Amino acid sequence: MKPVDPRLLRRARAARVFMVGSVLIGIATGLLIILQAVLLAKGIAGVVLHGADITRVAWQLAAVLVARAALQWLQEVVAQRAAAAVKSTLRRQVLEHSLKLGPAWLSGERSSALTTLLTKGLDDLDPYFARYLPQLVLAATVPAGVVAWMATGDLIAATTVLVTLPLIPVFMALVGWATQAHSRRRQHALAVLAHHFADVVAGLPTLKLFGRAKAQAAAVRRVTDQHRVASMASLRLAFLSSFVLELLASISVALVAVGVGLRLVEGKLGLETALLVLILAPEAYLPLRQVGANFHASADGVAASEEVFRVLETPLPERGERSDVPDLRVTSLHLHDVTVRYPDRDEPVLRDFDLDLWPGEVVALAGPSGAGKSTVIATILGFVVPEGGVVVAGGSAADEFAPERWREQFAWVPQRPGLRLGSIADNVRLGRPDASDYDVLRALAAAGAPELDPAKAVGEGGQLLSGGQRRRVALARALITEAPVLLLDEPTAGLDASSEAAVVANLRATGRTVLLVAHRPALLAAADRVVEVGRVESLVTA
Amino acid sequence: MSIATRAGVAGTRAVAEAGGGPRAAERVTVGWWALVKPDRRARPRLALAVLAGVLASGSAVALLATSAWLITTAAAQPPVLILMVAIVAVRAFGIGRGFFRYVERLAAHDAAYRVLGETRSRITGRMEELAPAGLSSLRSGDLLARLLLDVDAVLDLWLRVVLPVLVAAVTATATVALLVVLLPSAGVAVAIAVALACTVVPWLTASSARRAERSIAGARGDVAAAATETLLTAADVVAFNAVDDVLASFSAADARLAAAERRSAWSAGLGNALLVLCVGGASLAGLVLGHQAAITGPVFAVLVLTPLALADVLGGIPAAAQLATRVRASLARVQDLLSTPTPVTEPTAALPLPTGRELAIKNLYAGYDDADVLRGVDLVVPAGSRVVVTGPSGSGKSTLAAVLLRFLEPRSGQLTMGGVDLTKLHGDQVRSVVGLLTQESHVFDTSIRENLLLAKPGASDLKLWKALYRARLGQFVDGLPQGLDTMVGEHGARLSGGERQRLAFARLLLADHDVLVLDEPTEHLDEETARALLADLFAAAGRRTVVLLTHRPDLAPHLTQPVVDLR
Repeated sequence: MKPVDPRLLRRARAARVFMVGSVLIGIATGLLIILQAVLLAKGIAGVVLHGADITRVAWQLAAVLVARAALQWLQEVVAQRAAAAVKSTLRRQVLEHSLKLGPAWLSGERSSALTTLLTKGLDDLDPYFARYLPQLVLAATVPAGVVAWMATGDLIAATTVLVTLPLIPVFMALVGWATQAHSRRRQHALAVLAHHFADVVAGLPTLKLFGRAKAQAAAVRRVTDQHRVASMASLRLAFLSSFVLELLASISVALVAVGVGLRLVEGKLGLETALLVLILAPEAYLPLRQVGANFHASADGVAASEEVFRVLETPLPERGERSDVPDLRVTSLHLHDVTVRYPDRDEPVLRDFDLDLWPGEVVALAGPSGAGKSTVIATILGFVVPEGGVVVAGGSAADEFAPERWREQFAWVPQRPGLRLGSIADNVRLGRPDASDYDVLRALAAAGAPELDPAKAVGEGGQLLSGGQRRRVALARALITEAPVLLLDEPTAGLDASSEAAVVANLRATGRTVLLVAHRPALLAAADRVVEVGRVESLVTA
Repeated sequence: MSIATRAGVAGTRAVAEAGGGPRAAERVTVGWWALVKPDRRARPRLALAVLAGVLASGSAVALLATSAWLITTAAAQPPVLILMVAIVAVRAFGIGRGFFRYVERLAAHDAAYRVLGETRSRITGRMEELAPAGLSSLRSGDLLARLLLDVDAVLDLWLRVVLPVLVAAVTATATVALLVVLLPSAGVAVAIAVALACTVVPWLTASSARRAERSIAGARGDVAAAATETLLTAADVVAFNAVDDVLASFSAADARLAAAERRSAWSAGLGNALLVLCVGGASLAGLVLGHQAAITGPVFAVLVLTPLALADVLGGIPAAAQLATRVRASLARVQDLLSTPTPVTEPTAALPLPTGRELAIKNLYAGYDDADVLRGVDLVVPAGSRVVVTGPSGSGKSTLAAVLLRFLEPRSGQLTMGGVDLTKLHGDQVRSVVGLLTQESHVFDTSIRENLLLAKPGASDLKLWKALYRARLGQFVDGLPQGLDTMVGEHGARLSGGERQRLAFARLLLADHDVLVLDEPTEHLDEETARALLADLFAAAGRRTVVLLTHRPDLAPHLTQPVVDLR
């Protein structure tokens, strides 16, 4: 694991500014620490040796203290502000990049993982910036300055520190390396444990149905206990790393103190220098120890930024650049031998599928669920890239055109329409942002929903509307566009027979080309042609 | 936060005497101490952790104090023999800190994981009483995930709040005591610094965190909502070429959040800054007061330098205070959930299970919180019959199912099976003869076999296969390379929706109930699959009574009694 991800510095300007600021604050802090030690040593030695007056030293010490406190405060303010700016930059970049990667890439699990990353996951960068990185900077600046200053007074003590200091990271790395497998096993055990608990809690109603719930409290305790025993065994090893850290740091201070004491007795050293060395020695180890203590913050932060870069470094699919998309009002659309396979499946969902769509036609796609009807539509929209075959219009393959220009030819009603917060009218206007109120009303009426109030809020995920109403809003959103081709995935599910008939009549009246996925007989009957997806037998025409 | 009710979480329940007639369920108060308290086996380990922690921190203080004494004494160039004890002590303290810290961490983790296991177990016990009617708020996976994280706050509470603060307090007190012996006025000054560090510093840190949280909570919620929405509607947004607009509106929300976070940053470092002042001030006080009291020699050095070691001892307090705020919020959420009224009061002396299976409902009122969802429902279901109950969503179909399964107490009216009032029976008795299939039957992340065996532990493979074939899943499972041992994945993710429901149905058949309640069993399936599944469900039910609750009665096979409408 790298202590600082260079990609973080590259991507976010705020992170670079922050690192520079932190280094400056770190250097200033180091100087103040040395100054404080010098003043304390001077004060103590003065009193002990010749009863000197300490008023001056006391005031100077007070000033140093105030300055140190101010720097401490400044450091955290800078860190918080940097964290806020970096998180904001990354959030925007991730969202933009994942939208560019497209709906197929975003499907299912990945979408919810990304939501978590964007909302909560990135907050792990807060402690990373506020605690870990500043300590890392201090660990790089303070010991160097402290040891250099010690060397001017007592070379032997400085050498002791200089020798033991690098031992700490070396030993920690060695211990970490030796216990890596153990700590991975332990992480795994903890994950299994959490998962078991989650599964039990989620399944409690089911367990209760079968009279098996009462035993679960004991089962949870038993499983947790087993894992605790296993994980303690590896913790004994894992904590060795912090043991080494603490031990080396404090033994070294002890060595320095005893050594300095003995040299004092022999008269080789003055008291003031000896005190200075004693006060500075722990300061050399402190930043390193605190880096160790904030290891969690670093691990979580690095994990979060790794998630981010996994997304940002996913290459965008190749995209065409041509903008001269043929007008599908007068040009036909063809799918030739299209084969689509989803990454996690062995069998292709579509195999050698052919489809011709002539201008003005109403074509229905039929077939059992899972046969790939929605995949046909996703392929036409360019959401999925076929493994074989091609989508063609006017003699050119669809992927030669800029996706935005290509999609202008289509209006789509997905199987589960995604509605955005706002009013019904806002959602309908997604199809045509400059549509007038009258256009919106007309589109809603044509979609079989004249009774819906355009000003009504749809709620989060459209939850204030019924399933049928959501579909009709989505249909209105498609109808209000000027796209020549309508791609409708079960547009009339949830409608009663008479509204369904009205909607079908309206679709016909628009004169646009329509490709619709249909189960219900009335809809199949209304189509000019029915194309069966996923079956070899010849199709049944209405 | 209220102080704990003494009873364990699992044991507490609403004491509302069943006297028939309407009554409101009472909230159970679950104290936070009952959630996090260490059990008998964890307590000695916690004590050991505190002791080792104090010895470790104490070693750090003693190391500096002894070193200061050693060096100042050495300056007078006495015979080395006089220094021997101090030299040995310095080395011992140097080793002791690392050693005791190691012991502390091991003991603390051992204890904390014990407490976590105990807490999880208590929560499971209480949730068992609540499930499923009392847990309706957990239906979304996100909320469940948050609950699980909240429970893990127990670890933070012990490892990173309680233990460090205890250790710091004890060590700091001991240090103050030492200094009081050397010079009372310096001891008092250090005591003041320690008191500030233990009260004002955590207060500053926590209140700054709380203020920041308050001022950014709104903006954070907006960003979360915008991100969630954008990702959920990504396909629509891309298809309608609205990516730029959507990103612009996200960026606006995001900029508001970043600005709020920047504004609240100024107070973040106040606690740690004050801590620097406290520790440095204590040392300065030693210098000035010691000088005024005309103390010289080694004792003077000890007075001035010992307080510096407090930086190490008190350094963890701001972080602990910040964490404490979060832990408190987490535990409050868990408490809140567990304090949901127990939905069913089991009879103290249950009647024996009647032999008849006829269900009769008269003027039934039932619902959640204080609202009745079912109002005056009458229904008779003869043994062995098929009944379809319909109504739009929200009309109380699932509430009816919950009452039938004795997951929910009727508020008034009567519900009898074989002539016996259902409330006079124990829930487990009722559920041994009444089974339920819902739209979201939970499939456990294990093998198909284990999922089935849940319904009938020890059943032979032959029985399992029979149930699978009757649920029309036999062929599918037979075709899988690992057959019954196929793992189904988290929430049955490796199965399709239809397969998952059929597996749940096979499990239900295996349990061999006399009455099957099917609550929207085909809700998430497409129409074709739904029709086929329902036909199979009715065929496989055989002599059993079937109550189908659905908003699409047209999908049911036409061999049922007339449809009952809940509206």
